Amino acid sequence: MKRVRVDHAEGRSHPIAPDGADPAREPQPRGAVIRGRRPVDHAEAAERFLAAPDHLSFHDKRLWDLREKRDRESHGIPEWEQLRQLASDIKEYALTRLDDLLEEFERNATANGVVVHWARDAAEHNRIVTDILRTHGATELVKSKSMLTEECGLRDHLQEAGVSVIETDLGERIQQLDNEDPSHVVVPAVHKLRSDVAAVFARTIGTDPGRDDPAYLAESQRMSNRPLILDARVGMTGANFLVADSGAVVVCTNEGNADLCASVPAVHIVSAGIEKIVPRTGDLGVFIRLLSRSALGSPITQYTSHFRGPRAGGEMHVILVDNGRSERLGAEEFWTSLKCIRCGACMNTCPVYRRSGGLSYGATYAGPIGLIIDPSFNRRKYSLLPYASTLNGSCTAVCPVKINIHEQILSWRRVMAEHHEPSMTKQISMKGASALLSRPSAYRAAVDGANAVLPHMPRFALYNPANAWGKGREIPQAPGQSFHAWFKARRRKP
Amino acid sequence: MIAMRIGLFIPCFIDLFYRDVGIATLELLERLGHAVDYPADQTCCGQPMGNAGFVAECRAVEALFVRNFDEYDAIVCPSASCVHHVRHKSALPDAIRARTFELVEFLHDVIGVDALPPAFFPHRVTLHNSCTALRSLDHEPAPELNVPFFSKPRALLARVGGLEIVETERADECCGFGGTFSVSEAAVSARMGQDKATRQAASGAEYVVSADMSCLMHQGGSAARHGIDMRYVHIAQILNTKAVDA
Repeated sequence: MKRVRVDHAEGRSHPIAPDGADPAREPQPRGAVIRGRRPVDHAEAAERFLAAPDHLSFHDKRLWDLREKRDRESHGIPEWEQLRQLASDIKEYALTRLDDLLEEFERNATANGVVVHWARDAAEHNRIVTDILRTHGATELVKSKSMLTEECGLRDHLQEAGVSVIETDLGERIQQLDNEDPSHVVVPAVHKLRSDVAAVFARTIGTDPGRDDPAYLAESQRMSNRPLILDARVGMTGANFLVADSGAVVVCTNEGNADLCASVPAVHIVSAGIEKIVPRTGDLGVFIRLLSRSALGSPITQYTSHFRGPRAGGEMHVILVDNGRSERLGAEEFWTSLKCIRCGACMNTCPVYRRSGGLSYGATYAGPIGLIIDPSFNRRKYSLLPYASTLNGSCTAVCPVKINIHEQILSWRRVMAEHHEPSMTKQISMKGASALLSRPSAYRAAVDGANAVLPHMPRFALYNPANAWGKGREIPQAPGQSFHAWFKARRRKP
Repeated sequence: MIAMRIGLFIPCFIDLFYRDVGIATLELLERLGHAVDYPADQTCCGQPMGNAGFVAECRAVEALFVRNFDEYDAIVCPSASCVHHVRHKSALPDAIRARTFELVEFLHDVIGVDALPPAFFPHRVTLHNSCTALRSLDHEPAPELNVPFFSKPRALLARVGGLEIVETERADECCGFGGTFSVSEAAVSARMGQDKATRQAASGAEYVVSADMSCLMHQGGSAARHGIDMRYVHIAQILNTKAVDA
């Protein structure tokens, strides 16, 4: 049979050859070191990522390629900016009527034969899932990718309960087999080179360690996973949208694995954050046009599946999860972060994310959207994350639902400063800067002093380990005279 | 045209490191027939503290800013990021925020392109729009947006004799300066600077021109460290070249 290469988002990506030496020799940089509730040090993890040139180069180019494809797709739609505004407005409508719309969804879904559950937090969510599995005597759960189940730590919870979880999304499966979190909301293993994947698969599913061509690796994973899906009694998916007026759950994927998880086992569990609600079926026309274009620069995902009820003789459960969302909804500066549709466009465009990798954030959500969501789960632990940004604003400009991401990053810095989360050194230096910059005579003495001294400083004195600037850059040449001094001298002339 | 009393706001790092940028800005505004004053007690707009989230630490600096600049018809500054902070992030009085202009927008929107004196700069240059110039002050529309193109800095540079603009790949990507980011995330920042300077060199430009000296300080430092031969100039320095120089 002739093999046809499907022209979908991933298929159209340029092959990216890593620069330089044999990539197999470069070990994959691992993510941030987690030390309980102590602040995650993104900068430290980023430095290790930067020290792996093949991984860095691939990661940066691969994601910039997605950003470019996103630009091409969005520029091809004349009403793109109106679509973004419309999506933002619909989300605003939904979030400000969340209670009514969720109850409308519950009524309609129940009428369709769906069992609707409400979970206040991660623990309640995990308990509900465990109960459903127990009722059906299931010891295995096949699932498609869901950021919410990552957020709830479902995999670890079920493992302790004696249930083995099988991720069916290729990237997510790679990450599960490597015992790592996803590093991106759409492309979970994008920080890995194919040689890394070959090593993981050789170790876990018995592939040939000498072969790293993507088709072979993907096919091998498929062959090892397919029997597990066919045998499973319970399957789980996430949800991209919950439609209030129909009670339907909409799931968008490129691999079709969510459809297998939803349709092959008799029982289908949907985990969905309460912010996934949209009022009407017609609203999907706006979001579906934006989602995949923003995410991967492709017009649409391969599968956009609407699940409205259980299959004959089966069961369908929808778990509506809060887990901090109601509280975020009440945060004046941060509530619009709930508009997020998890497309990952902000990650792809973020120059810091592309050069540090998603695991360097040490949190469920990486990149710009992570910087504004993660601290709402644990302010102390994620207190340094809002500083992992240059505030360049590209994240805000690509966001399909117009979340002012970079402004919220700055607002989080303010929250951190108000709660004295930054290091003592930083707090003291900011107070010092304020004192200096509010006293003209002290400021003049500092500037003119620097201008007198800097031009004569020997290199070793300037470029010492305490000089973070000088580690990677030269210090500008001070001209020996400030503008202020020049202006004063000029004024004295007749 | 009625001559304005302009208060020249020279940010701290330009005062210290880039005297010639201050001089070019001052001379250019004077050549346009305005009375330009440099209030001697000025220091900073508060951005270093504000960007780090230390809002309370901005207040005394802002009070000083008001004392220095309250009396002028217009406050002009050759730095987009400082003007972004004054206009959109500070707690300065509305009247001050509305009268504060970044140099390019002042020349383009207030003075008018046709009023500019002739300039001559016979070189290949590549334009670096800072992130705040692009995404806050509307020098050009951010390339992520699907909106009609315009460019204030290009409209100014188009009048400069002998000047040729060449394009840098990933021109809109942040160069990684980011204020305190440059030291708190020094490794990522330095790598971004290196990548930016490398792409600028590949453009074939002799000079990088920008309305933001802070980006250029970082890019120039990165280029110098990595042996990349590139010169960095502020747009005021090009616009203030005199045609007779040729």
